[in-house]
Amino acid sequence: MPSLKDLRNRIASVKATQKITKAMQMVAAAKLKRAQTAAEAARPYAEKMDAVLANLTAGVSGSDAPVLLAGTGKDQVHLLVVATAERGLCGAFNSSIVRLARERALALQAEGKTVKFFCVGRKGYDLIRRQFDKQIVGYIEFRAVKQLSYAQAEEVSTQVQKLFADGQFDVATLFFSKFKSVISQIPTAQQIIPAQVAGEAAPAGADIAPYEFEPGETEILADLLPRNVTIQIFKAILENAASEQGARMSSMDNATRNAGEMIKKQTLKYNRARQAMITKELIEIISGAEAL
Amino acid sequence: MATFHFELVSPERQLFSGAVEQVVVPGSEGDFGILAGHSPFVSTLRPGILTIHGDGQPKRLYVRGGFAEVSSGGLTVLAERATPVEDLNAAHLDQDIKNAEEDLADAKDDAARNKASERLDQLKGVKAALGTAGSTH
Repeated sequence: MPSLKDLRNRIASVKATQKITKAMQMVAAAKLKRAQTAAEAARPYAEKMDAVLANLTAGVSGSDAPVLLAGTGKDQVHLLVVATAERGLCGAFNSSIVRLARERALALQAEGKTVKFFCVGRKGYDLIRRQFDKQIVGYIEFRAVKQLSYAQAEEVSTQVQKLFADGQFDVATLFFSKFKSVISQIPTAQQIIPAQVAGEAAPAGADIAPYEFEPGETEILADLLPRNVTIQIFKAILENAASEQGARMSSMDNATRNAGEMIKKQTLKYNRARQAMITKELIEIISGAEAL
Repeated sequence: MATFHFELVSPERQLFSGAVEQVVVPGSEGDFGILAGHSPFVSTLRPGILTIHGDGQPKRLYVRGGFAEVSSGGLTVLAERATPVEDLNAAHLDQDIKNAEEDLADAKDDAARNKASERLDQLKGVKAALGTAGSTH
């Protein structure tokens, strides 16, 4: 049976923890708003890029298409680009992204393919290192970065494309968490190299005007495709940032509530113990008086 | 004068959206002006000054990396970086020039060297253009 002092200490420590989780939740809520605006601001560019790319690829025939679009013709070596957060305490956010990547990696390995990893973010790197240490070919972290910007996406994209140019892999897939709402973030896998053009389902002939190109069509496409990779990565990083804050907000909300419940239970226990002690003392006095 | 819809977007935000009379875009093969009813056209950009003519004073922006698309819906310029000339400081531009110089020094083959030196010239051109524009104010 814990003494009254023990109980008091326990309640005080849970209260202190609750204050921290509450503060973290509020900070996450404020950051979430910023991250969401950033993600929304990036949307028009990505949409326009998709549209133009769809128009362009419709005109380029299979054989002379650049490798970023057509691929190397093999799919032996896969690069998994795993984007996660820099910090923990955000529920299952990091682990669910890593789990998706790990499942994909094991499935690919079972098919006899080679799998390599490129980690963006410290948490994912720590998790993946445990199992696939030798297969990690690159690692970038944004710990010192306050506000994510296009420059960070460029950094990742340059390194990935350099690996591709060196023939290090055939297919690159990007893993990140799509922000659906504060309580729901969906771990997603997206193929970035060779590029997948979404616009193929667009109504044929309706809006595809015969464009004039300056310089030539292939040159523009060669210029555009690397940019497209960067944009996809940028989009993923922003979505990830919003998801991370969302996940942190809801997990800290849970933690605050749990702490509240624990305080309630402990207080009850404390009061009972206190009353029991008072009763005991009274009985001692009364029985002492009766004995006289 | 007839107007058309113009959008200028960078990855981080949308900088301009609205009806304009004319836009002068620094294309990779030379500047070109777009008026209402232009035929469908796609061009890549070189670093340079983009000028928007609409109501009142023409707006000038420094754009770098990206492309322009003219379709029936109007003109869309996707620029990796776009800064209004007023907000542009010399240090920024000097940084770009320095990067280009480093690229030139690092270039391994002729093609890369040509590309880097071309880019350096373009950036120096921008700086010169801005320098003269600044003095006429």
